[in-house]
Amino acid sequence: MTTWQFFLDNWHYTLELAGQHAWVVSVAVLIAIFTGVPIGIWITFNRKAAEIVLYIAGIIMTIPSIALFGIMIPLLSVFGYGIGTVPAIVALVLYSQLPIIRNTYAAIKNVDPNIIDAGIGMGMTRMQVLGRVQLPMALSVIFAGVRVAVVMSIGIGAIAAYIGAGGLGHFIFMGINRSYDAMINCGSVAVALMAVAADYLFGFIENRLVSKGLRS
Amino acid sequence: MIRLEKVTKIYPGTNVPAVNDVDMEVQEGEICVLIGSSGCGKTTLMRMINRLIPITSGSIYIDGKNILDIDPIELRRHIGYAIQQIGLFPHMTVYDNIATVPRLLKWDKRRIDERVDELLTMVQLDPTQFRHRYPRELSGGQAQRIGVARAMATDPPVMLMDEPFGAIDPINREVLQDEFLKIQSQVKKTIVFVTHDIHEAIKMGDKIALLDVGRLVQFGTPEELLTNPKNQFVKDFVGADRALKRLDLLKVKDAMLENPVHCHDTDDVGSVVRAMQEKKLNFLLVNDPQDRLKGYVTLRDIYDQSGKAGDFTKPMTLTVRPQQNLKDALSKMLTFDLGIVVAVDDDGKLMGVLNTTTLARVVGETYDEHGGRWGKIMAGGKIL
Repeated sequence: MTTWQFFLDNWHYTLELAGQHAWVVSVAVLIAIFTGVPIGIWITFNRKAAEIVLYIAGIIMTIPSIALFGIMIPLLSVFGYGIGTVPAIVALVLYSQLPIIRNTYAAIKNVDPNIIDAGIGMGMTRMQVLGRVQLPMALSVIFAGVRVAVVMSIGIGAIAAYIGAGGLGHFIFMGINRSYDAMINCGSVAVALMAVAADYLFGFIENRLVSKGLRS
Repeated sequence: MIRLEKVTKIYPGTNVPAVNDVDMEVQEGEICVLIGSSGCGKTTLMRMINRLIPITSGSIYIDGKNILDIDPIELRRHIGYAIQQIGLFPHMTVYDNIATVPRLLKWDKRRIDERVDELLTMVQLDPTQFRHRYPRELSGGQAQRIGVARAMATDPPVMLMDEPFGAIDPINREVLQDEFLKIQSQVKKTIVFVTHDIHEAIKMGDKIALLDVGRLVQFGTPEELLTNPKNQFVKDFVGADRALKRLDLLKVKDAMLENPVHCHDTDDVGSVVRAMQEKKLNFLLVNDPQDRLKGYVTLRDIYDQSGKAGDFTKPMTLTVRPQQNLKDALSKMLTFDLGIVVAVDDDGKLMGVLNTTTLARVVGETYDEHGGRWGKIMAGGKIL
C-alpha cells in the first residue's frame, strides 16, 4: 500500500527514471543487434573466427556486471566518459553480444543443408541464399537471442545507476541507502514490469516478422 | 544434348576417384537415370553438370557448349533442379517457392503469376487452393509435386533430379512417377535422374547409366540392361528377377498371340465341333459378326448338340487391353487362376491372346522362336 502511495506521489519521477532506463537499454540493444547479428553471420563463414568470437563473448558474459562497470570507469575516463550513460551502454552492448551472436550463428548454421543446396542449385548467389533463405529461416532463433539480451539488459541496467547512468536502479539503490522500502519496491517492480513488457513486445514483433510457414 | 567426356572427380584429400573417366551422352528429350549403390558417384556426377561440384578432369558439354565457359550462377538458373527430401523453402509459400528462379531472372509479376498457375495445374494441384499454402501445410506427395513444378518454373530444357520421389511411400511414388512421365511426354525435357531404386530406373529411364565405384559399368536402355547385362555386377544389380522386371517394360501387345483361332456365333455347332477335334482344341473363342469378342465355347458343352455356336457361348470373365503392361496382365492371370487371357481393344474387338507360354517366351532370355505348344494351337485366325 505504501509502495502504491509512493508511486502516486512520485509517478512523474518514476516515469522519468523509467524513460532513462528504457533509453539506455534501447540504445545498447540496438547497437548490440547491429554489431552482433553481422558478427554472427560473418563467423558462419569462418570456423576459426567462430570459435574465437564465441569464446570471447562467453568470457565477457561471465564477468560480474558490477565488476564490468568498475572496469569501464578507468578505461573510459581516458575519453572523459568514466561515469554516466556511456559506460552503461558500452557494458550492456558487451553483455548482449553473446546471446545475439551465439543465436545468430547457431540459427544460420542449423538451416537444413538440403535447403541451402536447393537454393544454390537453382542459381542463387551466396548472398541471395543468405538473404532469402538462411536469414528468414534463422529469424526466430535470432529473435530469441535478442529477447534474452533485452531482458538481461533491463536487469543489468538497474545496476548501472551505481555509475550514474540513472534509470530505475536509482530508486533501488537510494531506497537501500535510506532503508525506504516503498522506494525499493517501486523501483524493483517497475524494472520487472519493464522486462516483462519488453519481452512481450519483442515476442509480438517476432510474430509479425517470422514467416507463418515456420510456425509449428 | 549433354555430353560427358572422360569426366573424373577426385575429392581433395582422397586418392580414390569418386567419378572415374565417365563418357556418356544424354540425347535431347531423354530421361537418363544414373543408378548405383550409395557412394557409387551418381550424385557427384549429376552435381558436376550444374557445377555444384567442380570437375577434376574431363569436360561436360551442354548443347555443345563447355559448361566451364558458362558462369555457374547463370548455368544453374537455366537448369531445372529438384532434390530429394523435397528442398522446398519452408518460410515461403508455394507461390514464392515456384517463383524463385523466375524472380532471379527478373520476370515481371504478371508473367510469374500466370506461370505459377499453369505449373500448379500441370502437377494437378488447384492454384486457388494451393498458391498461398506453406510447405508444412502440404502432404509429402503434394510437396514433391511442388518440387517438380519449381524445377520446371522457367521451362528449362535440361533438368537434374536427385531422387525426387525418394521420400514418398511406394503407392504415392508410383502415382507421382506416372504423372511425371505423362508430363515428360508433353514437355520432352532432357533429364538426368538419380536414383538407387532399380524399379524406378527401369520405369523412368529412356537410358540407364549404372555406376560402380565411380565407373560407368553399363549405359543403355532398360531393355538392354535387363536382357543383355554386360557382366556379373550388372546381373546382380538388376537382380535375379530381371526377367520379371521386364514385365514392367513390356505391353500385352508385345507378348500376345495375334489373330488367335476363333469361330463366329453364327457358325453351326456341328462344324465347330469337327474343327475343334481336328485341331485338338478343348475350347474356342467366339466372335460376333463384327469380330467383337462374345465369349467362348467348350467342346464338352457343344458336343452332340445342334444349333449355332452363339447359343452355347459363355462370356469371358476377364479380358485385358493390348496397351496394358504385362505385369498387370500376369497378376490378373495369377489372381483368377487363368492359364490364358484374351486381349480386346476398347470397342471389344478381339486383338489377341496371352498365355503363360507366350509370356515366358517374351520375358525369358532364350526361347523357341516359333512359340510353344499353345502358340501352335492358338494361332491361325478364323477356324471355319
